[in-house]
Amino acid sequence: MSEEKGTIIKVSGPLVVASGMKHAKMYEVVNVSDQRLVGEVIELNGDEASIQVYEETGGIGPGEPVYLTGQTLSVELGPGLLESIYDGIQRPLALIEKASGSFIGRGISVPGIDRKKKWEFKPTVANGDTVGEGDVLGEVQETTLISHKIMVPADIGGKISEIHSGEKTVEDVVAVIEGDDGHKHKITMLQKWPIRIPRKDAGKRVPREPLITGTRILDTLFPLSKGGAGCIPGPFGAGKTVTQQTVAKYCDAQVIVYVGCGERGNEMTDVLMEFPELKDPNTGEPLMKRTVLIANTSNMPVAAREASVYTGITIAEYYRDMGYNVALMADSTSRWAEAMREMSGRLEEMPGEEGYPAYLGSRTAGFYERAGAVECLGSDDRVGSLTVIGAVSPPGGDLSEPVTQNTLRVTKVFWGLDANLARRRHFPAINWLTSYSLYDENVSAHWTKDVAEDSMSLRNDAMRLLQEESKLEEIVRLVGMDALSPKERLILETAKSIREDFLFQNAFDPVDAYTSLKKQYWMLKCIMAIYYAGQDVVDNEEFDFNALKKLSVMEKIVKVKDIKDGKWDYFEKLEKEVQTAIRSLK
Amino acid sequence: MQKEYKSVTSIAGPLLVVEGVEGVKYEELVEIKMPGEKGVRLGKVLEAAEGRALVQLFESPQGAVTEGAKARFLGETMKLGVSIDMLGRVFNGSGKPTDGRPEIIPEKRLDISGAAINPYSRDYPNDFFQTGISTIDALNTLVRGQKLPIFSGSGLPHNRMAAQIARQAKVKDGSDFAVVFAAMGVTFEEAQFFQSEFEKTGAIEKAVLFLNTADDPVVERIAIPRLALTTAEYLAYEKDMHVLVVLTDLTNYAEALREVSAARKEVPGRRGYPGYLYTDLATIYERAGRIKGKNGSITQIPILTMPEDDITHPIPDLTGYITEGQIVMSRELHRKGIYPPVDVLPSLSRLKDKGIGEGKTREDHSGVMNQLYASYARGNDVRELAVILGEAALDETDRAYMKFAVAFEDKFIRQGEHEDRDIEDSLNLGWELLKILPKAELKRVKEEHIEKYMK
Repeated sequence: MSEEKGTIIKVSGPLVVASGMKHAKMYEVVNVSDQRLVGEVIELNGDEASIQVYEETGGIGPGEPVYLTGQTLSVELGPGLLESIYDGIQRPLALIEKASGSFIGRGISVPGIDRKKKWEFKPTVANGDTVGEGDVLGEVQETTLISHKIMVPADIGGKISEIHSGEKTVEDVVAVIEGDDGHKHKITMLQKWPIRIPRKDAGKRVPREPLITGTRILDTLFPLSKGGAGCIPGPFGAGKTVTQQTVAKYCDAQVIVYVGCGERGNEMTDVLMEFPELKDPNTGEPLMKRTVLIANTSNMPVAAREASVYTGITIAEYYRDMGYNVALMADSTSRWAEAMREMSGRLEEMPGEEGYPAYLGSRTAGFYERAGAVECLGSDDRVGSLTVIGAVSPPGGDLSEPVTQNTLRVTKVFWGLDANLARRRHFPAINWLTSYSLYDENVSAHWTKDVAEDSMSLRNDAMRLLQEESKLEEIVRLVGMDALSPKERLILETAKSIREDFLFQNAFDPVDAYTSLKKQYWMLKCIMAIYYAGQDVVDNEEFDFNALKKLSVMEKIVKVKDIKDGKWDYFEKLEKEVQTAIRSLK
Repeated sequence: MQKEYKSVTSIAGPLLVVEGVEGVKYEELVEIKMPGEKGVRLGKVLEAAEGRALVQLFESPQGAVTEGAKARFLGETMKLGVSIDMLGRVFNGSGKPTDGRPEIIPEKRLDISGAAINPYSRDYPNDFFQTGISTIDALNTLVRGQKLPIFSGSGLPHNRMAAQIARQAKVKDGSDFAVVFAAMGVTFEEAQFFQSEFEKTGAIEKAVLFLNTADDPVVERIAIPRLALTTAEYLAYEKDMHVLVVLTDLTNYAEALREVSAARKEVPGRRGYPGYLYTDLATIYERAGRIKGKNGSITQIPILTMPEDDITHPIPDLTGYITEGQIVMSRELHRKGIYPPVDVLPSLSRLKDKGIGEGKTREDHSGVMNQLYASYARGNDVRELAVILGEAALDETDRAYMKFAVAFEDKFIRQGEHEDRDIEDSLNLGWELLKILPKAELKRVKEEHIEKYMK
């Protein structure tokens, strides 16, 4: 069989133009030159095709062939995804290392999923059962944490005429489905899905469950829901990556897809070395057992960076379809947008703002809309969710730039990192005045039901105090502390405690890094007791704030974060102690 | 199959179009010979289209003509011949020796653009690298395989500091060590300063210098960091050396990139810099690192001058997003006559935590570092307060902090240009200064360390 091919007529960086391509389809994968570099058709014009190449193009020139593959850029889905580390187009980095050593070579073709490994397939359907798309045929224990569900691929349905259990490779046939038209579909555990098309679901729901991250400022003040979309913009050094990694480590999603898109090589190495060591606080198993890593560092080819977020989100959707809660971290989406800008510039498209293509907004929206809490396809009414958290790296920390603005339009949670807080070594450096969450109403039911009746009012009061603090601080700066009334000083004292003892959290301290919702509630309750109890105490002008600062119970509040989860009577006692101590000052 | 074409049809700045060509490869090298000239000018293909090649000259287009010019395509991308004999030598931006000694005999020829390190093959940098400068070693510790830029401004002594680092740098376990130094678009005097500085102190024996002065061709500046890093990769991964690469000044590099981009009529990004500036800088900075199973390492100290001392300018901004921290120079300290004027507070080394402590530097390092940092920050706040309210309004503790801040700048930050402080000395000096503060204020250091080290 002779392969269909065209001929290169122009090479400019990652963009190659080839003629004789009238059979090419949009977004079809092609192999460029006899080195077989991977590329994707992104523009068709007569019989000329513009191809973005996912590898370096040095040494390639006009006259060389371009081979068509007939397939659109797809990811392989099946058991073996978890614990893998891929590049932007789903080539396992370990296999690339085997093929070309420590430096990444070109034209390496390796399968995304191991073909030889055998998995124990346990059918959940029997011969003669009728199944439709999305129905679970059987399960494979992929890691100790995740049971991988083998689902009927899209657009296939009918009666099961064969089902095979036991040790199978991903290419072995595990079931045969006889369609209504008599066509026999052979089903393997390996399936493919084009990365630019969202996977199908049976309908979206409003996300109402909070995604519990264990980071206090996120859970209590600016909650994200399972199935929601959030963004973390911030200048360099403010802690985007640490925040993303902390959420990836501790959040209560069952599967994590972490996309390192155009970031530092050493950072990815850090993740690679740390995740197999760290234990998931919810299950006690190594974090790697529930994680898929996609690493396309800043010096790896720019076009593959563009593809990497889609590769990641398609894998994430696949696990969502099994009925899992999945979280995807993309660090950083600015690099993704820049990759788009670079390709757009080379295609000589009319630029929009700051040289970004005019379709930046729709692409960004399309990406974040793939998040959601969904009813999965299939007859067993599974529900799954996909939460997307994108880091944004605005140049100079200027949030008015196009990538941030387009992201803010489609995400409902904004965790704004602040360089000033980082400089003062307040971490996580999330600014409590500018950040917001539009899911607070959605998740309030969970808090009041599962944590405590008054948790929402407590949170709202704390937010109010922080807002008032910023106003009062301005007054203090202008005219000094003496101008404030005792009540206002009480606000300042409480807000300071909220900032230093509640919001400040050390991501590297084993106890402090993760706080359960209930502990968050109790910590805040003990701190807010200063304010509530102080209300009736500080009404006279002569009130001595130094006495309040010197109360021994205040030291206990400073240390409240070290109290272990579950010691609720300690917290309860502490709250009473705070109240009594403050009332005694009257 | 080398063909010569006489069909140069246009020249614009460093760019030149050759028509009617066949079989040209992207990034291939080109030799251009002008009529009546002896030598050839070197360039590379920026865009290869059917029958037409866009060539970027590495040399000045001065005196170039279209009529009679001959272009010869060499069929290979730009390579650098490397050898261990490069140590002790000085080269220009096209890899030719300029120290009057003969050309080296290359052991092998390597592609200068290099390939990306597979993140899976990287080893995490966690070994201490001593520069002999207290503000770096003790507070913003550099580790092997890290890239830590110096953000400076025009008129600040970053070149002296760079030379000092290159002179004093050492790895403590006595492994083989080398410095690769690349200067882009520096003035003749600066180039002279570096060269003589290296020669005078004998540091040149274990150094390779690449110098491109301000009047050398602009496009050579684009090649020079790659030449330096290719040399460094050879020394590190094939000769097992720990290599420190000092690049100065990346601002000139970015300017050169902008110049070429503008000549190509590309759509500009922020402030006229090309949209791919981030990617391009990353291909330089990301070549720092360590590789599993190899003994050597590449540590980078790129130096850049921030236009108008503006840290949000695209060059420092994009750099900061790629590198693992930054050392910021302060004009204020410089005015106070303090050398090296390292602004401790905004400076940061992201990888320090894994390179310090027992077995790496000293057990008390982390504590002392945090204590010095916090105390200096507080001292600075107090000084500002004193300006508004007057010193009389300060209490005793605050006055101690103020005294500490002054002493810290005068003794700890200030350091002689030829003063090579061992890490132990730097830490001891830190303890010495902490004595100024009341003992109750030393909350970040361990009690046992106070007893052991505060003498």
